[in-house]
Amino acid sequence: MPDPILAAEAVTAGYVPDLPILKNVSLAARTGQITLIIGPNGAGKSTLIKAVAGLVHINSGRILVAGREITGQSADRLASNGIAYVPQNNNIFRSLTIEQNLTLAARRAPAQTGVPLESLYAQFPALADKRRDKAGTLSGGQRQFLAIAMALAAAPRLILMDEPSAGLSPKAAQEVLEHARTLTAEGVSILLVEQNVNQAMRLADHCYIFAEGRNQLDGPAAELLNDPVVGEIYLGGRRVGAA
Amino acid sequence: MQNLIDGILTGSYISLGAIGLTLVMHILRFANFSHAELLSIGAYAALVCDALVSALTPAFAAKLGPLSLTWSLMAAIVVSMIFTGLSAVVLDRLVFKRVREKGAELSMVFASFGMALVIRNVIGLIFGLSPELYSKDIAFAVVLSRDPLLLVKPDQVFVLLAALLLMLILHLILSRTTFGFSLRAVAENPALAQVNGVNLNRTIMAVWLIGGALAAAAGVFYGLSHQIIPVMGRDLVLPIFAATIVGGIGSVYGAVLGGFIVGIAANMSVLVLPAGYTPSIPFLLILAVLIMRPHGLFGEARA
Repeated sequence: MPDPILAAEAVTAGYVPDLPILKNVSLAARTGQITLIIGPNGAGKSTLIKAVAGLVHINSGRILVAGREITGQSADRLASNGIAYVPQNNNIFRSLTIEQNLTLAARRAPAQTGVPLESLYAQFPALADKRRDKAGTLSGGQRQFLAIAMALAAAPRLILMDEPSAGLSPKAAQEVLEHARTLTAEGVSILLVEQNVNQAMRLADHCYIFAEGRNQLDGPAAELLNDPVVGEIYLGGRRVGAA
Repeated sequence: MQNLIDGILTGSYISLGAIGLTLVMHILRFANFSHAELLSIGAYAALVCDALVSALTPAFAAKLGPLSLTWSLMAAIVVSMIFTGLSAVVLDRLVFKRVREKGAELSMVFASFGMALVIRNVIGLIFGLSPELYSKDIAFAVVLSRDPLLLVKPDQVFVLLAALLLMLILHLILSRTTFGFSLRAVAENPALAQVNGVNLNRTIMAVWLIGGALAAAAGVFYGLSHQIIPVMGRDLVLPIFAATIVGGIGSVYGAVLGGFIVGIAANMSVLVLPAGYTPSIPFLLILAVLIMRPHGLFGEARA
């Protein structure tokens, strides 16, 4: 089994010092895999991702990327060191053109490791056609692809994705999630938070289930997908695999 | 027509002041009432530097063609822009950064009020309260036409062209360089800018530098067309705020347009109102814009 690219050890974190959202969470994401986090609203899924990205203060515990501790590093430093974060909302700069968004995103990579814009355009042809347009004019699905392209621009080792399919049409959601799968084939690791449990679980390698700021259960996604207990307890009493 | 020409000239330095204010207000999310004092700092810094340069190298004290401007004052403008930009950074480090880390937006506004009074009075203590001029010579206006009578001073033409040049440079930086993209990115969404590798503290410093430098130029240009007095910040704060709000907070192009609108409106108003009412025009513009377009002409609602 490959080494974990990301390890969270007993992390307690939150937006206000005395009100932790995450309570003593441990988690590992393996290289070249999609690690999925699901759970009800308010379970702390997004908070964990933000804590890894350096946007949420970590009260205790530590976070390691490829064996090196990154706890407490600033978000811009992490972004320059191979960790990309795709937020759920407002994940592109609407007032900049597509090309400007990508140029800015690529700049954070250390010299010579950045991805040429042309290869990003080759991967996302819809963006290439609109490179001179303001990003605010893109459709929901295209925005999500631009956000992912911005994450890829600095050739990251680990991409943190917060509900990339939220607000998209089922077709666009499917496209975005399937694209995530192709990325892992190139050695990128993904930590994915999704509400779109069904589709995401079919795609993911490993799955964690959060509730009330704690990590309740984890296992290979394929096994949890067919576990009736999971559906009943954590996913609103409906069996996950049944829909 | 004469009022329109004067209005455009007034607009050029109000715009320069408003650009800095709109950037700071948008990125740091507070109404900086001490911004106009940066114009005073710039004007006085240029005065001192001009005196120094012309005393050390008298050759530079020669006038440039028809302008009352000298080589030494040209050099002084550049030095003053750098000095004022750095002063703005120091001001942020000493005062605003500390308040920002502990207090709310409103504390920042009050702090900026306080800073405005402190700066204004320190300048008064050092330089005295009487007006100063860059040149004691009387600058003769050039007659553009006799009927209707249109007069333009060569200095005014210089001010307008220099202001437009500075705006063009800023436009190129914002639209062509990755540094410009990062400034706009921080203005739109600071957290997203950070996860795209933009260092927030460095960007904030750059904003103060740019805002201070443009304010210094505006201060010198104001001094060239009027006079340099310690309370010039008090007289300019309102038109600059009006320009910022009319243009839409955060929009550089809005600030430019707002500056010209405020300048022209104030100068045109004497045609219909007694001159004593001119200072009320910026207020009326703010009111009109807030009622009809609360985000300003170019502004956007915050994400």
